[in-house]
Amino acid sequence: MQRHQSTVDDAEVAKFEAMAAEWWDPNGKFKPLHMLNPCRLDYITRQIAAEFGRDLAADAPFDGLRILDIGCGGGLLSEPMARLGASVVGADAAEGNLPVARIHAAQSGLEIDYRHSTAEALAEAGEQFDVVLNMEVVEHVADPLAFLSACHSLLTPGGLHLCSTINRNPKSYAVAILGAEVVMRWLPRGTHEWSKFITPDELYELLKNAGLRPVDKKGFVFNPVLWSWSISDRDLSVNYVTASLRD
Amino acid sequence: MSFDSDIVIVGGGLNGPALALALAQTGRSVTIIDSQSRPVLEGAGFDGRSYALALASKRLLDAIGVWQAVADQSEAMLDIKVSDGRAGEGAGPFFLHFDHREIEEGPMGFMVEDRFLRRALLDAMDAEQNITQMFETRVVAQEVSPTGVSVTLADGRVLNAALLIGADGRSSGTAKRAGIGRTGWGYGQTALVACVQHEHPHMGIAHQFFMPPGPLAILPLPGNRSSIVWSETDARAQEIQALDDAAYLDVLRPRFGDFLGEIGLEGKRFTYPLNLTLANAFIGTRLALIGDAAHGMHPIAGQGLNAGLRDVGALAEVISDAAQRGEDFASPQVLARYQQWRRFDTAALAVATDGFNKLFSNDNPILRAGRGLGMGLVNAFPRLRRGFIREAAGLTGDLPKLLKGQRL
Repeated sequence: MQRHQSTVDDAEVAKFEAMAAEWWDPNGKFKPLHMLNPCRLDYITRQIAAEFGRDLAADAPFDGLRILDIGCGGGLLSEPMARLGASVVGADAAEGNLPVARIHAAQSGLEIDYRHSTAEALAEAGEQFDVVLNMEVVEHVADPLAFLSACHSLLTPGGLHLCSTINRNPKSYAVAILGAEVVMRWLPRGTHEWSKFITPDELYELLKNAGLRPVDKKGFVFNPVLWSWSISDRDLSVNYVTASLRD
Repeated sequence: MSFDSDIVIVGGGLNGPALALALAQTGRSVTIIDSQSRPVLEGAGFDGRSYALALASKRLLDAIGVWQAVADQSEAMLDIKVSDGRAGEGAGPFFLHFDHREIEEGPMGFMVEDRFLRRALLDAMDAEQNITQMFETRVVAQEVSPTGVSVTLADGRVLNAALLIGADGRSSGTAKRAGIGRTGWGYGQTALVACVQHEHPHMGIAHQFFMPPGPLAILPLPGNRSSIVWSETDARAQEIQALDDAAYLDVLRPRFGDFLGEIGLEGKRFTYPLNLTLANAFIGTRLALIGDAAHGMHPIAGQGLNAGLRDVGALAEVISDAAQRGEDFASPQVLARYQQWRRFDTAALAVATDGFNKLFSNDNPILRAGRGLGMGLVNAFPRLRRGFIREAAGLTGDLPKLLKGQRL
């Protein structure tokens, strides 16, 4: 019986290992996220370092910080945060992602607390964090204000909330839906619903209504010649990110 | 996998120690392995070898704390004069003159003898606690997995690391063991390298004479000495190398000319067959190649070490940036950034150097006329000339921070 059990587990583990390899393959299914990741991480690490007075060149600069990664997927943001010394909780509403993320973290020698949960459920349980990472999630939720209010209550006073999403205008439709889903097939059809995209002004309003104080916004811009992403002060026309604080 | 050090570098020549220092200074632990013993690497006296360091390379050495130790033994290259000629006929009527005063950055480069540079790099490694040096040790096997790399030494010891660097030269065992093939071709030419003493001062001027058998470079060393790099056909080079010093000088004199007075030899004479060998990839799983292991180049324009130090600057910056972002610095996506940064640059330089040599190592009268015309044109247009000077000084392209003299 025990033997049978372990065979089943092995098969499950092998399946999740294959899925983890797929999540982390820079040229695989999640290629767009891998391409965007260094740019997102530059923004995230610099904002956290500035807010909490940390030196990124130091060893384990985020030591002592508790960080929540909402919609953690395979752990593309959770792992870097853990590697920088933070204590990380990765939450995902899609249950299948969690064993994948756990296996990859173990392979990477990182300790990360991955949970099948949502921002709302964690807030209800009274969890508190210094930083909440809310990257490419808000455009997928049913009630953005309720969701951002939960993010607010998850933060300790002085805590930092980083939220990225996609702007809503003709260009973002062309780039994020026609370009990424239909032409390049970087993302599965139906990944995004254009009507759920949020303009920076709307997001600032939502953040304020959720009790957060917006302090920064920047664009993530794809350069098709260099084939890479960079951070822009001015161009927030498609992908953009905001920083806000709980006072 | 638990690591003995973050990074293992195979090859303790020049690029390996330079990279070890750059990485150690950004907090990485590094083990460097070389099959030779330290006394052999340090050398005893002057053996005739020296390097034409581009200004950008000097800045990198400055940024990693090595330049100070060789500054006093280096010679600034203030001018470069390029001319076309035939042995016994002297320089042709057209010549190019690159003067450092035309660019604001300072001298185009510096001549440094091998013995001083090697010693300075080894001394700097001694003072760096993040570096473990293992000499007289050979790597016999390497095994990579998605999470780490294991290197087996000849005595059976096994070292685990996150990343393996091949800095082990143009016949890199590290590349071979990783199954990375090479593309290359020879030129049928061999470079004769020696140090020449001369009667008159060189005034910091480097000369490049293009002659039918191949180019002769005369590069200023401290004192009344110059380093020569002299290319001949393979067979002819072997004949010349077999001569005694007096006969060697008899062959050299009509090529060298008498503008520096009487000449004599100092130290050993070397020959290097000129060929180009490019690795088919600069990276593998948890592996990166630098220097000649990535691109063994024709030393015609002194670009071999300079290209290697660009690899050092680029790889150290890519790794440091990734680590500061919390990325796994040895992951495929991070290493791909290094390859992308260096590969185009390297291939372009290799092809340019190759074309340059083919164009000038030729007695075809039409090509000779074309060369004269080309040189006249470059001289007539200052902007074009300044472009060449910046290229020679290594100041063009997307420069890694270390090559701008900035620390990581």
